[in-house]
Amino acid sequence: MSTYKETFRRLDRAALIPFFVIGDPDESRSFELVKAAIDAGADVLEMGIPFSDPIADGPTIQKADLRALAAGMTPSKALAFIHRVTDYRPIPIGLLVYYNLVWQYGVERFFKDFKAVGGSSVLVADLSIDDADEVIAPARAAGLETVFMVTPNTGSDRMRRIAERTTGFIYTVSTLGVTGARNRLSDTVKPLVARLKEVTGVPVCVGFGISSPEQAAEVATAGADGVIIGSRIVQIVEDHLNEPDRAVEEVARFIRQVREAL
Amino acid sequence: MRHNGRFGTFGGFYVPEVLIGALEEIEQAFDRWRDDSQFCQELEALSRHYAGRPTPLYYARRFSDQVGCRVYLKREDLLHGGAHKVNNTLGQGLLAKYMGKTRLIAETGAGQHGLATAMIGALFGMETKIFMGTTDVARQNVNVHKMRLCGAEVIPVEGGTGTLKDAINDALRYWTAHVEDTFYLFGTAGGPHPYPMIVRHFQTPIGHEARQQCIDQVGRLPDVVAACVGGGSNAIGIFSAFLDDAEVRLVGVEGGGRGLESGQHCATLVAGSVGILHGAQTYVLQDAHGQIRETESISAGLDYPGVGPEHAHLKETGRAEYVCADDESVLDAFALLIRTEGIIPALESSHALAWLMQQKGQLPPDAVVVVNLSGRGDKDVGIVESHRPLQ
Repeated sequence: MSTYKETFRRLDRAALIPFFVIGDPDESRSFELVKAAIDAGADVLEMGIPFSDPIADGPTIQKADLRALAAGMTPSKALAFIHRVTDYRPIPIGLLVYYNLVWQYGVERFFKDFKAVGGSSVLVADLSIDDADEVIAPARAAGLETVFMVTPNTGSDRMRRIAERTTGFIYTVSTLGVTGARNRLSDTVKPLVARLKEVTGVPVCVGFGISSPEQAAEVATAGADGVIIGSRIVQIVEDHLNEPDRAVEEVARFIRQVREAL
Repeated sequence: MRHNGRFGTFGGFYVPEVLIGALEEIEQAFDRWRDDSQFCQELEALSRHYAGRPTPLYYARRFSDQVGCRVYLKREDLLHGGAHKVNNTLGQGLLAKYMGKTRLIAETGAGQHGLATAMIGALFGMETKIFMGTTDVARQNVNVHKMRLCGAEVIPVEGGTGTLKDAINDALRYWTAHVEDTFYLFGTAGGPHPYPMIVRHFQTPIGHEARQQCIDQVGRLPDVVAACVGGGSNAIGIFSAFLDDAEVRLVGVEGGGRGLESGQHCATLVAGSVGILHGAQTYVLQDAHGQIRETESISAGLDYPGVGPEHAHLKETGRAEYVCADDESVLDAFALLIRTEGIIPALESSHALAWLMQQKGQLPPDAVVVVNLSGRGDKDVGIVESHRPLQ
């Protein structure tokens, strides 16, 4: 299994990190989409386990969560899904999950099982570093990296505390708000990445609101080590719910375009 | 954060990083102003002259005869806006004003908190947005109209079941993108720290008044204090003053909907389990995987799959007991209070009355029960008519 460290070291450009909701719109189509993304040049995958009340996500990803839940996705099935992905290609996989799902599964058992299926890192969307001790020890014990978020309104002291607890990469939020495609990327990214680079050597990946190859390139130029693209890809899935093959083609095409732009 | 926001093991602030700064700012402002003499004087004057505090404690003689004990109603239904909600919106609205915020947002279920926020938005000249599930917009359209008359924008929320939890989801999302000038005026004693602490603080006058009024009128403390529990703000408001009076039994009544066995209810403390929802570790209604369940209640104000963390703590320690009343018994209680006292209770508050009716013969005739009549039922007349049309 290749690690973040190897991946970020090997690349002489920003890593391309697409995001998928596991099981959207259903398990088999979701797997075809993820395979296509890997084949089209994804360097790392960010994957979300669907949750009924995803407060950190915008309407696009919430709808995807509800589609996946309606099609029967569960945390256990999601772990099995990840196993299929890592069997297909040994790509680093970062997990985005809401805390209640981990909590009900059992925190230690969840991390152990996620590591066992080839997972690399966990980001708990509704857990800030203030309560992070609840997950850091069991995650590290399981051999997982711990990813936390930094936002444009995170002060420098707090940024340092977050960086200290982060391994793998820092998930940097490009703009205030929830996930969702935006037309104009806020010019907060460059100074934010620069501030982070001053306090940490951990790779800095940027997400939220990146919806075009041009924006991905802009973020890479701003110094990001990775570009996370979520809502735009999930939107492509939503736009082609009645044409599954077309959804796979469009996602692959979009990822190739971003890859070229990087 | 300066405080950990815990009630025993419950509470906390399980939120995305982007909200931490905003919650810290509110926590600091609350610490700064809560005991400030100018702030307190201003709030006291508004509570008295604008909202109508103190509210009476009323001995409901004819209703008492029917249920077989001495029932005193804490008349929060007489407050401006028709419910206890204004206690909290005045307090938080004033806090927002002292913080220099110019915009208010709020979630609402029955529309009572939305209306109470819209009123305060008008009073302080603040732009106000109210997030409300589409189901609730349909069943509480009079309140929607009133909010709009106050100048608030009502934003219908389509996600999920179109009820309170979906409204909270969207209000939180909106807030993450507008934290700089917007104050999120949270309606119940739940959600992430510091809200449970703040909402409790602004609702405590209910309990302080009721305790003193009971001593003045009855000559002693009540035997029982009962209140309905959705998120739990009116209940924590009245319970808080009696927590140290070990001899006073505290009873919270949740929405039993179509009955516990039907699965269609919102009895979170009675039938739920511990989890994390909307920023707090507390009891929630969820499936085996931790997905939040859909809820059902005749009263929109209780229709929520979570509950304030302090109630979870009071349940765990045994200081308060939590029960539920189903929709049919609530309709009976609603009818009985009107017929015996000429008071139209909110369907939410009718849950506490319904529990009391079930206690007939189990409490001694001289038992003194204080019921928090948290709101009036004008908004519910249409719903009651649709269930039980007058002949």
